Formats: sequence, C-alpha cells, structure tokens
Amino acid sequence: MARRRINLPLRISMLDKVLFYFFAGTAVASGVLMVTRRNVVHSAIFLITALLATAGIFLQLRAEFLFIVQIILYVGGIMVLFVFVIMLVNLDVALQQIQFARQRWVGLFVALALAAQVSFMFWTSGKMPGQGLPVLTAAAATKLPPNSEAVARSLFESYLLPFEIASVLLLVAMIGAVVMAKKRA
Amino acid sequence: MLSIEHYLFLSLALFIIGVVGVVTRRNVIVVLMSIELILNAVNINLVAFSRLYGDVAGQVFALFIIADAAAEAAVGLGIIIAFFRNRETVLADEMDLLKW
Repeated sequence: MARRRINLPLRISMLDKVLFYFFAGTAVASGVLMVTRRNVVHSAIFLITALLATAGIFLQLRAEFLFIVQIILYVGGIMVLFVFVIMLVNLDVALQQIQFARQRWVGLFVALALAAQVSFMFWTSGKMPGQGLPVLTAAAATKLPPNSEAVARSLFESYLLPFEIASVLLLVAMIGAVVMAKKRA
Repeated sequence: MLSIEHYLFLSLALFIIGVVGVVTRRNVIVVLMSIELILNAVNINLVAFSRLYGDVAGQVFALFIIADAAAEAAVGLGIIIAFFRNRETVLADEMDLLKW
C-alpha cells in the first residue's frame, strides 16, 4: 500500500524526465542523420522526425496549442512543400556528386567552437553563486491557464499588431513564391 | 528534476546541428531544411522560458517564428525552383553568377 502512495508530483516529474530524454534523443539523432544523409529525400524524412520530436517537447512543456500547430503547419504544410520541391528538382546525378562543400572542415570547426563557447557560458552561469539558472517547478505548470485560451488571449490582446504584420508577411511571401516559381512568359 | 538547462542544451545541440548543415552541405534544399531546424531550436527555448515564468508570451512568439519559417520556406523554395529552371543545378557552390 505504501508503494502506491508515492507522491504524485514525484511521479509526474519522473514521467517528465523520461519523456524529455526520449524526445530530445530522437530530435538530436534525427537532426544528425538529416545533415549527414546523402539522399535529400532521406534528409527530409529525418527532418520530419526531428520536428515531430520537437512537438513532443512542446507537449511535455504543456504548450498544447503549439504542439498541434507544429504538427499541422510544420510537418503537414512546410514539409509537404519541401518534398514537392525535392521531387521537382532532384536529379539522379545529384546522388553521385560530392554532398559536402569544400570548406566543410572549417565550417565544422567553427560550429563546434560556437558550441563550446555557449556550453561554457551555460556551465559557468550554473556555477556562479546565486546566479544559477532557475529550475522548472511543478508549480509553474499549474499557474498556466488552459493553454489555447491563454495563447488566444495574449495573441489578440497584447500582440494584435504583430499578428496583423505576420499576416501581411504571409501574404507577401505567398505572392513572392508565386512570382518566383512562375514560368517566364 | 528537469531544469531549464536541459532545454537550453537540447536547443543548443539542435542549433549547432543546423549550423553545421548550413555551412557544410552543398545542396541548397538541405541548407534550407537546416535553417528550419535552427528555427525549431529557438522555439524550444522560447517555450521552455514561457513554462518557467508561467507567461504565455513566449508561446505567442514561437507562433510568430513558425509563421516566419513558413514564409521563408515558401519564398526560398520558389527561388530554388526558378534557379533550377535556369541553371539545372541545386548545388550552392555552382551558384556563382555574381562571382568575379
């Protein structure tokens, strides 16, 4: 009986941890595979896995609305666009060509140096007395109201103007894409 | 207990993978996909801090970034199609019309 009464917050935090490591591992592994695959279609598939794993991270962070938006918009919309363009553009000869640019070792070195710098920054900020990065508590999660409602309220009250600007941006992008992809008459 | 550092390091890892993809790949489509991965890494940070402070504004900004990524993908892929029609290539280092 005593075993069944382990406190609920502890069990929730255990579950959070398991889900986080699962989704984070999936995202990082499929990101690496996406960058290293020779075939572009395989890269696209692995990008889809990485985006789905990110959606899982959003859900684990209690951002349900973004979880749905991520799946419908990214995985359903943008990735279909990518796969269409790959089908339109992909040449069979492209598979035989060298897939990495000449400056690949310099680029890799610069990226790893950047990673080392930022990790060092996180590490030192965690070591400083009283300056450590704060901890995600379970209380912060219960403070959030129902997610979609809260997002809508914030979006249409505090951020109405940016929302309108984003819609204009999407209109411009749509016209731009049509003009770009149109056949020259 | 998961701290914000877990999310920061996950986001950093995805960001760096995206940067490596952008600087090392020749295929422009893979470069565009790596940019999508970078934008996703930023979204993870925004949502993690939104959870940390119990403020939903971070999620709203993540929404804006997703809209931005959609616009960028549409225009970028349009440019790739237009370029492919003219030069029959999608490799970044063969796009050298402006190179002297």
